[in-house]
Amino acid sequence: MDCSHVFEFKVNRLIVVFTLFLAFFSATPAAFAQVDSLQTTESTHAETKAEKKFDIGKFALHHIADSHSWHVIGHTYIDLPIILYTKAGIVSFSSADFTTVEEGKVVRDDEAKVVVERNGQRFVKMHEKIYYASDVANDHGQFVTLDEKHHATNARPLDLSITKNVCTLFISIIILLVVFLSVAKGYRTNKGKSPKGIQSWMEPIILFVRDDIAIPNLGHKYERFMPYLLTVFFFIWFNNMLGLVPFLPGGANLTGNIAVTMILALATFCLTVFNGNKYYWKHIFMPDVPWWMYIVMVPVELFGIFTKPIALMIRLFANITAGHILVLSLICLVFVFNSLYIAPVSIAFAVFIGAIELLVAFIQAFIFTILSALFIGMAIEEHH
Amino acid sequence: MELLLPEFGLVIFQSIAFLLLMFLLAKFAWKPILGAIKEREQSIDEALNKAELAKQEMARLTAQNEDLMKEARAERDLLLKEAKTLKDNIVNEAKTQAHTEGAKLIEKAKIEIENQKKAALAELKNQVSTLSLEIAERILRDQLQDKTKQEDLVANLLKDVELN
Repeated sequence: MDCSHVFEFKVNRLIVVFTLFLAFFSATPAAFAQVDSLQTTESTHAETKAEKKFDIGKFALHHIADSHSWHVIGHTYIDLPIILYTKAGIVSFSSADFTTVEEGKVVRDDEAKVVVERNGQRFVKMHEKIYYASDVANDHGQFVTLDEKHHATNARPLDLSITKNVCTLFISIIILLVVFLSVAKGYRTNKGKSPKGIQSWMEPIILFVRDDIAIPNLGHKYERFMPYLLTVFFFIWFNNMLGLVPFLPGGANLTGNIAVTMILALATFCLTVFNGNKYYWKHIFMPDVPWWMYIVMVPVELFGIFTKPIALMIRLFANITAGHILVLSLICLVFVFNSLYIAPVSIAFAVFIGAIELLVAFIQAFIFTILSALFIGMAIEEHH
Repeated sequence: MELLLPEFGLVIFQSIAFLLLMFLLAKFAWKPILGAIKEREQSIDEALNKAELAKQEMARLTAQNEDLMKEARAERDLLLKEAKTLKDNIVNEAKTQAHTEGAKLIEKAKIEIENQKKAALAELKNQVSTLSLEIAERILRDQLQDKTKQEDLVANLLKDVELN
């Protein structure tokens, strides 16, 4: 299939520029992050020392990771329910249970120091993961056994909690449903007339998905895949933008979470595999090359079936995560330099990156959708 | 590295939620929206086609009007021309008729004049003959008043008769 039109697209040149830009800027915090994750546990037993030295990597990674409670502002948290599928059935309790009161202050535990007992089972939370607690605490008062990399080795129950990301997922679904059901309602009330209100905001984008993504890649059979392409496009776009909002109901890094991008890529993979026609499979198993080339070609083509969705998964995850890390790192410059005078600089940069991230939010949704359409298009293409 | 490991809970929630979202949107949003857009596009296409047809119809009608006008003008010209020839004919005819009538009258007048002349001449002849007779009578009467002259005349006359 001729894919050249994808690469000739203007947006792609922009993407290359921005990706290089982002890569350049995000390389440093990422490097920090690796070093600092090693230092994290060491710093826990010297808390006075940790307070002095601000840990940018830990901070950024903590913010982009999933969480069992939703930080609102200051010491205000929304405690989300924890639902566990354990050996003894389903157990659920509030994440507020992982707190202790020390010297009249509520301390939220994330280092496996507080044990919650339910249904005769004991749980601890460490780095936003729930473990079965060890019987006795280790030297640092943690009810887990740690390996040499300071990772807990305890067994884990199946965690089906409504985490911050799951919450965002539901919120985004509600927003999407409200927006597009009202758009659909607009088409019923303004039947045969020009679009009005939110309908006129969304129609050009829906038409963009149809005319610039679906039809060029899928040809006349585009209608079957429109629901998927539109859903995936708006899901990614809305969640990308929701992730840029620093306060409720945004702030979660949903599209920068590998589980989410994995499911999205898996959907594209399934559509590609189940809709692939005989020409597609012939191209993979019996390509038009001399037979002795099959030894090389068939494994390569088979490998290609999986690398395409994996690339989709990694691309979206990495772009959104990098953007979040970048903005967080810029904001953190104030604390790194420990000076308020750096604030204008870091805010100016954060605003600049924020503007770019708005663009990236759209571009990543577009890229994911157009590549999905391209892969599906390759699978359903008729050869004459 | 932990970022790259998908959490099982989120995988489950994401797959269920996404499928549900896609189902709901497909049924209650995308289908009516795309349907309405398509319908509207079709109606716009139709309207444009109709406008094009109307334009062609207009052009046709204008051309027809033009033709009609041309035809009417030609007809008018023809009528005028016909009228003119008719007029010329009538005038000519009238003229010739007048001529012939005139000529006839003149002819008649001539004949009349001739007749009158003849009559006059005849009258004149009669008059002349009467007059001459009278004159002759008088002369004769005058001449034959004496006897000798009467005898001379008779003698002359008798001479002539003898020659016959």
